[in-house]
Amino acid sequence: MSTFDKVADIISDTSEIPREEITPESHTIDDLGIDSLDFLDIVFAVDKEFGIKIPLETWTQNVNDGKASTEEYFVMKNLVAKIEELIAAKA
Amino acid sequence: MKLEYFQMIDKITNVDLDAKIMQATSVVPDESPVFEGHFPGHPLVPGVLMIETMAQCSGILIMHTIDFTRIPLLASVKEGKLRKFVGPKTNLEIKAEIEHEGSGYVVTKAEIRSEGKRIANAQLTFTIMDFPNPELQTTIKGQVADMKKA
Repeated sequence: MSTFDKVADIISDTSEIPREEITPESHTIDDLGIDSLDFLDIVFAVDKEFGIKIPLETWTQNVNDGKASTEEYFVMKNLVAKIEELIAAKA
Repeated sequence: MKLEYFQMIDKITNVDLDAKIMQATSVVPDESPVFEGHFPGHPLVPGVLMIETMAQCSGILIMHTIDFTRIPLLASVKEGKLRKFVGPKTNLEIKAEIEHEGSGYVVTKAEIRSEGKRIANAQLTFTIMDFPNPELQTTIKGQVADMKKA
């Protein structure tokens, strides 16, 4: 199973979003409507699944400071790419 | 334990930062204004205060791991189970254990036992925030120090 499919399954299970609605282009906040509390649950499940620590605080700070757009972190294909980077860095 | 002031922990008995576990004790008071309503003539500790007790034990443990630089705030309660009704004069043994330290959040498992039997447990998630002011940080550090001396 690809990283995308694993993350999409986690999001679907955690947020009760139909799996077929989650695509690589989906914005987890704007399109899927995931709020900050659900996102915490998703990050916890992803952290555990892959043995990583998603730097959510840094991402949030970067967005709040205008250093990055939400798309950079929270569009599915970008989110998955960053998760794969974290998995690779761990190896 | 002073229910009406949300002072749920009497004494911190053990903080193990290697194992990321904290243990504490508390005794339910004989009388409290809370019991006047919950329930008249049949005093029981409200379940939400049992959850709060586990949250405070978890929160104090988390603050120990970050040297009291930030404050954990309860964000989520999962698998919360209240297994027994708790009345006045009950001795409580509270234990919290860190399950996962994420970025800006921490997940704990906590339980309350009485006379060796588990009477409540839950998985709790906390968001880690900056203290809103240094006075609160000082106050909480003082309260925790008192719990260790008790």
